[in-house]
Formats: sequence, structure tokens, C-alpha cells
Amino acid sequence: MPYTEATLQLLSIDGTLVESDRTAEYRALVDKLSDAQLQNFYREMVVTRRFDIESGNLQRQGQLALWIPSIGQEAAQVGSAFATREQDTIFPAYREHAIARIRGIDPVAILALLRGQTNGGWDPNESKFRLYTLVLGTQTLHAVGYAMGIAMDGKSGTGKPAQDEATIVYFGDGSTSEGDVNEALVFAQSYEAPIVFFLQNNQYAISVPVIRQSRSPLYKRGEGFGIESHQIDGNDVLISYAVTRVAMDDARAGKGPRFIEAQTYRLGAHTTSDDPSKYREQSEEDYWKERDPITRFEKFLRAKGEKESFFTSVKAEGDDLAADIRKRIFELAPPSTDVMFDHVYTDDHPLVSAQKAWLAEYEKSFGGDR
Amino acid sequence: MTENLSMAKAINLGLQRAMREDDRVLLMGEDIGTLGGVFRVTEGLKNEFGENRVLDTPLAESGIVGTAIGLAMRGYRPVCEIQFDGFVFPAFDQIMSQLAKQTSRHQGTQSFPVVIRIPYGGHIGAVEHHQESPEAYFAHTAGLRVLSPATPNDGYHMIQQAIQSNDPVIFLEPKARYWPKGDVELDGPPAPMHQSRVVRTGTDVTVVGHGAMVAMLLDAAEVAKGEGISLEVIDLRSLSPVDYDPIIASVAKTGRLVVAQEAPGNASVGSEIAATVAERAFFHLESPVLRVSGFDVPFPPANLEGVYLPDVDRILDAVDRARGY
Ligand SMILES: Cc1ncc(C[n+]2csc(CCOP(=O)(O)OP(=O)(O)O)c2C)c(N)n1
Repeated sequence: MPYTEATLQLLSIDGTLVESDRTAEYRALVDKLSDAQLQNFYREMVVTRRFDIESGNLQRQGQLALWIPSIGQEAAQVGSAFATREQDTIFPAYREHAIARIRGIDPVAILALLRGQTNGGWDPNESKFRLYTLVLGTQTLHAVGYAMGIAMDGKSGTGKPAQDEATIVYFGDGSTSEGDVNEALVFAQSYEAPIVFFLQNNQYAISVPVIRQSRSPLYKRGEGFGIESHQIDGNDVLISYAVTRVAMDDARAGKGPRFIEAQTYRLGAHTTSDDPSKYREQSEEDYWKERDPITRFEKFLRAKGEKESFFTSVKAEGDDLAADIRKRIFELAPPSTDVMFDHVYTDDHPLVSAQKAWLAEYEKSFGGDR
Repeated sequence: MTENLSMAKAINLGLQRAMREDDRVLLMGEDIGTLGGVFRVTEGLKNEFGENRVLDTPLAESGIVGTAIGLAMRGYRPVCEIQFDGFVFPAFDQIMSQLAKQTSRHQGTQSFPVVIRIPYGGHIGAVEHHQESPEAYFAHTAGLRVLSPATPNDGYHMIQQAIQSNDPVIFLEPKARYWPKGDVELDGPPAPMHQSRVVRTGTDVTVVGHGAMVAMLLDAAEVAKGEGISLEVIDLRSLSPVDYDPIIASVAKTGRLVVAQEAPGNASVGSEIAATVAERAFFHLESPVLRVSGFDVPFPPANLEGVYLPDVDRILDAVDRARGY
């Protein structure tokens, strides 16, 4: 089983808090969370899941070329995202829809990417949520470079946590085998960069189980590079929040990089092109369904006395979002050919300008019949 | 002010000036700090600017380019040194799929002013992976600009222009030309970064090349002159984009074109120039455009580089064939 002696957890699968000396520091942080914050954790997980389901439907109806579900990984994402401060910069892979939402990215921008309208979709300098990255692991180096820049700018380790900055980068268990991730760990440690490596170990790289990437727990990879590393129950939103919170605080304070391995599970397919029944057993999926991050947290909130009306309103919010994206996806205008030519370079480039002009003339030669 | 300098020193001064003018410019690479680079191009810069602006990085090329991309996102203008031509390939993905495509992916929200300096080319008798000419890969890739100076003066000015460019630039430094000296106009206005240039006028055949090949073409022109043949020599300076107008104008005059390069000829920069001139200047041509290239084999053991690399004789052989039509 993926959980080990080292796995940190605050919320057991029946929704009760578990006590241990190792998690006392984290428990203290969670105890400070307001009811509104706890409600937000729940809301973001539930609404994102609803968004995710609707997007899968849209793909099946031919409205998206592909959908990449995050179902099952909501706690890892939501907890860690709420642990960042607004000045921190987030580098996602391509499955971090909950984090995108928390950072204010319009969900339709994500759909536009998967509909083939754009290769980007949002302004990463405005949201401090960088673009999705499809070449596995490459974003870890970008995140480290950015973090090196933060340190060079004197924006970390100044002793002013309200202003200090850090980065957090997301990647999967398969990606840990990529050279870039390993080089990123080397650079981060060498330059003591203010960065948190957040590994969502969802147990699979498409069909390949994590044991093929590593025979030892992956958080030890971080340790092997000399980076303080933790393994957490990634389906426990509270531990995800608390451990990331401490790690980000450390990074911002100039204590160097941190590494978190979140044990989680991709409950759905890798993408809409994938068929998980070819490589995993139903019993395994059942095991993880019992550990669903949302069910567990709902039990916790109900035991705390959260009212039914809250759960009803969150469900309604999810349904509203689903209806909204279903409506707005049809309103997306097809991209202009300018998207192809403009911004290939920042400064003028004669070849691209000439080809853009040529295409315009060529299209015109059909007299508007095309 | 004019000074007689080697290209290595000229690029060093160009880097120094760019760093003095803009404190967002920083250098990254293997052995570039304390040692000053294996070719000493960055000599003295760590002393002047400190280790936060001249970074002796860990030994990882993908790491160098990948973190440079992140630094560019943060507003820096990194200049990476790849130690030798054959060692750029570990960074290939970060250059091709990340650096080159980021500007387009970001649709105007972010520029990527990263320069990648690569000492390249043969004539130094080195072991495998130290003498290659990988320019075609980069010239083929949208989003990159590719420059190669042939003289100390261009080395000095073009490195500064590359750094000022808001786009990624692959800056190919011909190792064989690092040490010969030439006049450098330290304050003179530079030629446009992508301009190709007639460096010797002539009337019979146009010969075009870049980097170390330019000196070879000038030698060939001198020998040809003794035989009563007049060559017009063009220094490309920029391999992406290529400035075709001076080439077309020259071909309009001579009617004949030979393109010379150290790189293997198949799918090369020379091939592209031959095709474009055939398209744009067909009625001026009196003979087919001919290419003189390295052979389509791996760069051979150094004892054979004299056979592999185009020399004056191979250039003049092509000139004779062009004149034979
Ligand atoms: C460099 C590279 N190789 C292969 C692929 C194709 N690919 C896309 S996702 C994937 C598996 C990724 O697994 P993991 O890193 O665990 O992340 P997950 O998708 O499970 O979130 C593969 C092989 C890719 N996108 N990039």
C-alpha cells in the first residue's frame, strides 16, 4: 500500500482528527482555521469536481479534443493551494484545475486550451498561476529559475513573511523519473531557492504503476538531494494545507527548498483517451473510493455541526458552474489566424510577417468563399 | 574608439558593457565564473559583477536553460554559455519545446529574452563532440533567432544586440575565429543585427558563408583573384532570419552562387539559401546554386577534419563548376 510509516495525516477516513506528536505542529495550524476557511476547502473541492465531470461530458459530446480529469486529487490540490500567499507563484503541470480556480483562472480558459483554441489561455503574470505545461517535468526547472530570481531580487528571507515570495511546482510520480525534475532538485538545493516541490503521487503514469519509477517511497528522492521532505496523505485536505503552509513559510523565509509527496489516487482515467480497466483492478479503485477526499472532509464538517443548507448551496454552486461553462463553451469564437503568427517573436520577424501577409492575400483570393 | 582585439576579448567586452548597462543581465554556465570559461570569454566578469550575476552553475545543460527560462519569467535577461557545440543536446527540449515556443504560448503576456552562447565549429583538432556545427536545428525552429559573428567587431556588437533582443537568440561563436585579432569600433553604431553583408566585392561568382567560413571564403577569393576570377563574398551574420536582399542583389550581378558551410549539407542552412535564391532569383541565375558542406557523416576523428571541412580548394572547385555552366 502507498501509505507508509512516514505518511502524515490529520483526518482519518471516517472524518475524525488523529493525534500524533509528529503532526502536533500541523494540528495547531488547522485549529486556527476559521469556519469560513474550512467551508472554502470543501467548496473548492466539490465545485472543481463538478466542473471536472461536466468537462468530461463536454469531451464526450465532441466539444473538447481531450479532457484531463483531476477527480480524486482535490484535497492535495486545494489544501496546498490555500497554503500559498497571493504573492507566491504557482507552476502547474496540466491537471491542477482546482488550483487554477483558486487563483482566479476562468475555467473556460482551461476548456479553450483543451478545445484547441490556444496553447496558453491566461496571463500568468496577473494570476501568478503559470501556464499548463505538457512536456513532463520541464516546469520544475522554470519554477526553480523563477525562485532563484526571487532570491536574487531580495524578495525572500527578509524576515517579512507578508512580503516575501516563494514558488510551488506541481508534478506527477511518472515525472519524477525525468531528467529535468532531477536537475531541478539539484539547482534548487544548490542555490537554496525558495521553492516547494509538490509531488502528487496518484500511483500511475498513464498505465505504469509508481513502482516502476521507484522502489522506495518518492519523498526519499527529495531527501536524497538533501532537501527536507515529507510524505503526506494527499486525500486529507487538512494535512495538505498544513504541511504545505509550513513548507512555503520555510521557503519564503529563505530556509531553502522543501519537497512534499502527496499520496493520492486518480479515481478517473488518465485522460478521456485512456481506459484504466486495462491496467488496474476494481478492488484497487474501491480501496481508494473509501478514501475519497471529499467524503472524508464532508464527514468532518458534518460532525463539526455544519448545516445541511451549506452542503446544498455548494452543490448548487457546482451545478451553476457546470451550466455556465456548458453555455459559454458554445460562445467561444474560433481563434483568428493571428494566434498562429502574432507573438511567435516579441520583436518583428520578416519571415513570419511575410507568411502572415501571404496567407491573408491567399485567403482573399477566394473572394470570401472560404 | 577603435581597438585591435581577438573575438574572445571582443565578446567579453560586449558582455561587460551589456551587464553594466542593464543589471537584469546575468551570465550562467559551466566554469564561466572563477575560470572565466574554457575559452576565457567571460574572464574577469565574476570579479566585476559578483557570483549573483555570473553563475557557475551545476553541471546540467537542461538545468541551465530551464532555469534561465524561469529567470526570464521573473524579468531577468540570462545569457547562458554551453561549453561546446556537442553539449547543447542535453538542453534540446528546453530550447526547442520550451524557450522557442514560450513566446507564442504566452500570446504577448511574456517575453523570453534569453541568449544561448555556443562555441561551435571545427579547425581546433579536438576530440569528438567539440567541433560540430548544429545551426540547422536552431534555424529550423520558429521562435529562435540565430546569429553567428565572423569578426571581432561583430562579436562585440552582435552579442550586445542579442542581449537587447526581446526574443531568444542562439549565438554561435566560431571557435576557430576566437583568437585572430581585428579592429573593433567600440563606440561605432552597429549594423542591424540580422543584416547580411558584402565583405568583398566581385563580379564573377557570389560566395556566401558564416562564422569561420567567411575567412575561408576571403582566402579563396584572394587565390581566385590570382587566377583572374572575381568572387563577391557575403557574410551571412544571421542564420535566422536570413537577410536575402544583399544575396539576391549580388546574384543579380554575378549570376552564380556558391554557399559554403562546415555543417553537413543535408537539410542545412545552405540548402535553405539555395532553395530561396532559386525561388527568388531564378531568372538571374546562369548556373545551379552549389553547396560546399561538411560530409553527411558524424564529425570525424580530428586527424580527418582537414578532409571533412570545406577548404579553399573545395570552395574553388565549386566556383569552377559554377563557372562551367
Ligand atoms: C516528456 C513527455 N513524455 C511523455 C509524455 C506523454 N505523457 C503525458 S502524461 C504521461 C504520464 C504522466 O504521469 P505523471 O507524471 O505521474 O502525472 P499524471 O498524469 O499521473 O498526473 C505521459 C507519459 C509527455 N507529456 N511528456
